[in-house]
Amino acid sequence: MNARIALSALICVWATSALPQGYAGLGTVAEGFAFPQQETRLEFPLDHGPHPDFRIEWWYLTANLMGEDGADYGIQWTLFRSALAPGEAESWQSPQIWMAHAAVTSEDQHLFAERIARGGVGQAGVQSMPFEAWIDNWVMRSSDETIEKISLSADGRNFSYDLALSADGPLILHGDHGYSVKSASGQASHYYSQPHYQVSGTIELPDGPVKITGHGWLDREWSSQPLAEDQSGWDWFSLSFGNGEKLMGFVLRSETRDFTSGTWISADGTAEPLTPGSFQATPLKTSHVKGREIPTRWQVSLPAKRVSVEVQALNPQSWMGASFSYWEGPVTVTGSHSGKGYLEMTGYE
Amino acid sequence: MTAAAFLAILSHWRRHPLQLATLIAGLALAAGLWSAVQAINAEARASYARAAEQLGTAGVARLIPESGTISVARYASLRRSGWQLAPVLEGVIRFERQNFDIMGVDLLQHPLAPALTKAAEAEAVSPLEALLPPGRIFAHPETAVHLAASQNVHPVTETEALPPGVALADLSLASRLLRRPDSLSYLLVLPDQAQGLKPLSDLAPGLTLVPASTAASETARLTDSFHLNLTAFGLLSFAVGLFIVQGTIALSLEQRRGMIRTLRSLGVPMRLVSGLIAAELAFLALAAGIAGLAGGYLVAAVLLPGVNATLAGLYGAPVDGSLSLRPGWVLSGLAMTLGGTFLAGAQSLFALWRMPLLAAPATHARGQNARRSHLAGAVCGVASIAGGVLILTMFQGLISGFAFLGALMLGAALLLPLLISTGLSLGARLAKRPFAEWLWADTRAQLPGMSLALMALLLALAANIGVGTMVSSFRLTFTGWLDQRLFAEVYVTTASDVQGTELARWLDAQGIKALSRRYHDTRFKGAPLRIYGFEDDTAYRSNWPLLDALPDVWDQAVSGQAVLVNEQLARRHGLAPGDRFELEPGWQLPIAGVYSDYGNPHGQAMVSMPSLLEHAPDIPNRQFGLRVASHDISGLINSIREEFDIPRKNITDQATAKARSLAVFDRTFVITAALNLLTLGVAGFALLTSLLTLWNQRLPQLAPVWAMGLTRRQLASAEILRSLILAAFTAVLALPLGLVLAWALLSVINVEAFGWKLPMYLFPLDWLRLFLLALLAAVIAAALPARRLSRIDPAELLRVFTNER
Repeated sequence: MNARIALSALICVWATSALPQGYAGLGTVAEGFAFPQQETRLEFPLDHGPHPDFRIEWWYLTANLMGEDGADYGIQWTLFRSALAPGEAESWQSPQIWMAHAAVTSEDQHLFAERIARGGVGQAGVQSMPFEAWIDNWVMRSSDETIEKISLSADGRNFSYDLALSADGPLILHGDHGYSVKSASGQASHYYSQPHYQVSGTIELPDGPVKITGHGWLDREWSSQPLAEDQSGWDWFSLSFGNGEKLMGFVLRSETRDFTSGTWISADGTAEPLTPGSFQATPLKTSHVKGREIPTRWQVSLPAKRVSVEVQALNPQSWMGASFSYWEGPVTVTGSHSGKGYLEMTGYE
Repeated sequence: MTAAAFLAILSHWRRHPLQLATLIAGLALAAGLWSAVQAINAEARASYARAAEQLGTAGVARLIPESGTISVARYASLRRSGWQLAPVLEGVIRFERQNFDIMGVDLLQHPLAPALTKAAEAEAVSPLEALLPPGRIFAHPETAVHLAASQNVHPVTETEALPPGVALADLSLASRLLRRPDSLSYLLVLPDQAQGLKPLSDLAPGLTLVPASTAASETARLTDSFHLNLTAFGLLSFAVGLFIVQGTIALSLEQRRGMIRTLRSLGVPMRLVSGLIAAELAFLALAAGIAGLAGGYLVAAVLLPGVNATLAGLYGAPVDGSLSLRPGWVLSGLAMTLGGTFLAGAQSLFALWRMPLLAAPATHARGQNARRSHLAGAVCGVASIAGGVLILTMFQGLISGFAFLGALMLGAALLLPLLISTGLSLGARLAKRPFAEWLWADTRAQLPGMSLALMALLLALAANIGVGTMVSSFRLTFTGWLDQRLFAEVYVTTASDVQGTELARWLDAQGIKALSRRYHDTRFKGAPLRIYGFEDDTAYRSNWPLLDALPDVWDQAVSGQAVLVNEQLARRHGLAPGDRFELEPGWQLPIAGVYSDYGNPHGQAMVSMPSLLEHAPDIPNRQFGLRVASHDISGLINSIREEFDIPRKNITDQATAKARSLAVFDRTFVITAALNLLTLGVAGFALLTSLLTLWNQRLPQLAPVWAMGLTRRQLASAEILRSLILAAFTAVLALPLGLVLAWALLSVINVEAFGWKLPMYLFPLDWLRLFLLALLAAVIAAALPARRLSRIDPAELLRVFTNER
């Protein structure tokens, strides 16, 4: 509740310029902050850690899971870093604000929680050696400086999970060596993923614990103005097909012209950036979610890879009614390829 | 029949309007003073509750450090174990000459965040701006005005969501202003915790969990003693008021005996008669109670500003708002009046109930039973005093102190008739002339009828002496203490630490000694503790008001080997020189001395400046006491003002500082003085009513004396003389009682309520004034009956012989 106010406030800060600023103010001009540069080459383990000179950053993990009861589940664990001013300072003087969302989704339940924290005091943060990202008692932790093997935990009032993740493939750098263009006018972010996690562990639901196994996908992204001013939100897909191939694709919606892009990941882990416009996603059906119409069934196609699939939400009511609200949930894929994945839709106000 | 009987009973009042007025006035006075006190208490308590609620702390439990403060790292680690906590840092910040209570909160976590966000948005300001330098302060509009006038670095947002007197800021700003980046005062335990968390008692053994119900009432607890004081005063006034009522009810029933006998002869059952009289009393009580409430409301409205000043001055408890009708004190006032009326009428009603059907309304066999009842009263009185002493020796605490006072006062009142009667017997022995002998004997004969009024007078006088002695002793002690404590000639407050450093350097160059006044706020056993650092100066050694100390106290303290604590702290925790004291976890020092520290409800300690700075390096350095020769003062003040940009009001010379403190002190006791005077007034009124009550019974006794040749004028003077004699005896007896009361207030109540014990001083001139006041009251009370007597129709006196019973 407080966090909601705080984040609405955050958004207010960003919303000070007069024109449409896109979702969560991400399209506003950011003074004093660093901007993604095309010639930047990501360095690990350093880049697993935070980039306080950029305005916004996230550690975003989603997983499609199967319970021992045979049912499908999805979990989300997201840590956002949002800077009021560039750089870091001691204790309460830190301009960094941390926010996290955790969720568990099944066919008929979508439980989520939010945490918010100040930087500088140790309540939340990310360190790269050894890797650890945390806010309160929500933790994503590795025993070394890689993110090959991580443990993941979070809890809310009526759920919790404790998972072990182990990567069996390489890191994926999106766009040009991790420089991911987000609009025709050049907005961009630094963006890499680890989409190859094998997941096992337990989730606690109101009805009791469920042992699960499945696949996880971690996204790392940071920028200072990832959206163009006229972009109002995005539809983002991370799909894992049964044959081991994966597709990350997004549509940045705009009043004038939508911008799409993505990455094709072959079964051996080779990443291939998609040319803008080649990835296509069209809503097939909308659902009434918290007073708004949200597309929960999509036609997704990537002709270059002969992909033509239907993407259907496991639970159409996967609404994250947090400080800033969006739709995020597991999906099932049928058509030319079959598989599972996660869908995120923002800017549907 | 019932209606007719009721009308007959009520007809009494038509024939005795003065008696009716007395009864209603007595009841109204009792109800009025009682409800005034209750109204004031209720208002103050409501104000504390409102403040707690506005600070978002009502209904929220807190984690408070047993000692010291909570480190930010500790907070983070508790958060990391899953507990949803909101950090709070409290302190005092000085802008210009004014101190502000600053409350630092994490604006993203605190329960007040939504209200503050709204307030900021209402001013078209982004709430998140408050997290970035220069930082924003949130305050009640009243406080915001002062804040905006005292500084212009930090913009101020007005919000009714905060109580007056509090400046709220994000921790980024508060920790900067207070120079405490790493410590917190307490943590709020937010609602909606996840399940299955490790208990806080395991995670944080050094922190005390204060449940929501008590967390909000720190102010209430602090001021409890003050409210108990007021309540005691209210009860005293109420009791004195009931003395009036008791006499009047007794008289009205006695006068109606004939009528009641007639009613019963006509066949009205006793049960109905008693019921009707009870109904009459209830009706009168309600009417008087309502009148009393109205009067009480007015009294409270007049006294409230003084009470608020007291609470702010003594406890720093801000009380805002004006008086409002609250069902609590309205209902309690009415209930007290009803209950009190029946209590006062119980004896008479019982006597009526037991009256034989055709018993003649005989005159009392006065004097015969009196000795026995005086003795019985005295035995009860001695028992009551003994019980009070026993309570005092067996139990600790404010309640036992007040119980002792109550038992003492009651016991003394019960002893009074025997003492006066003994005194009157002695007086009679000295009498040579018949008139004098008659006067003494007659006075003694009146005693049973007047003893209740005299008891009321005794209590009022004793309370006056006791409270007056306490206040005057306190003031004298306080003045002496101010002289010791405010030993620097000039006090300066700078705008910033930088300016403070510059000033200190400049003064040093001028050869002027500047003693800086720096402190660090922490906690000891859950209560606030302020640790002052002091710089070695002969003035401390020669002036500081030490109550108890080791021989080499200053050498030890200066070397950083020992600490001094204030009296409050020492008494509260049974500390004495030589004991070890833990200032903060891991910082223990032996106590070298205990000093008096009046007007401050909190614990305080003093260590040498270097050792304070070692433990709290970043505390503000803005207040200085300067030692200069007295003739240089105005010159120095001028040159400081020329050299530095310090407003005149931030430089105070010693005399002004003292005057200011004394003004606060005097304002503090305005309410006490007012209640004192009111109680005395009520006692005087009780005397008047008892004399009026006796009036009708007096005629049969006076008529023979008149017949023997005394003129009516002489009889009237005798009447006044008698009243004077009784008042004088009472006043003399009130003196020792008042002094015991003063002792109890200074050595028992004050120690419990404030934590300091005061020496007792005697003020004989005040006693003389009070003695004369008592005589004046006696004369005024007797004036009306005496005047009546001097103008009475001789025929009426004659009628006594023709028609007596």
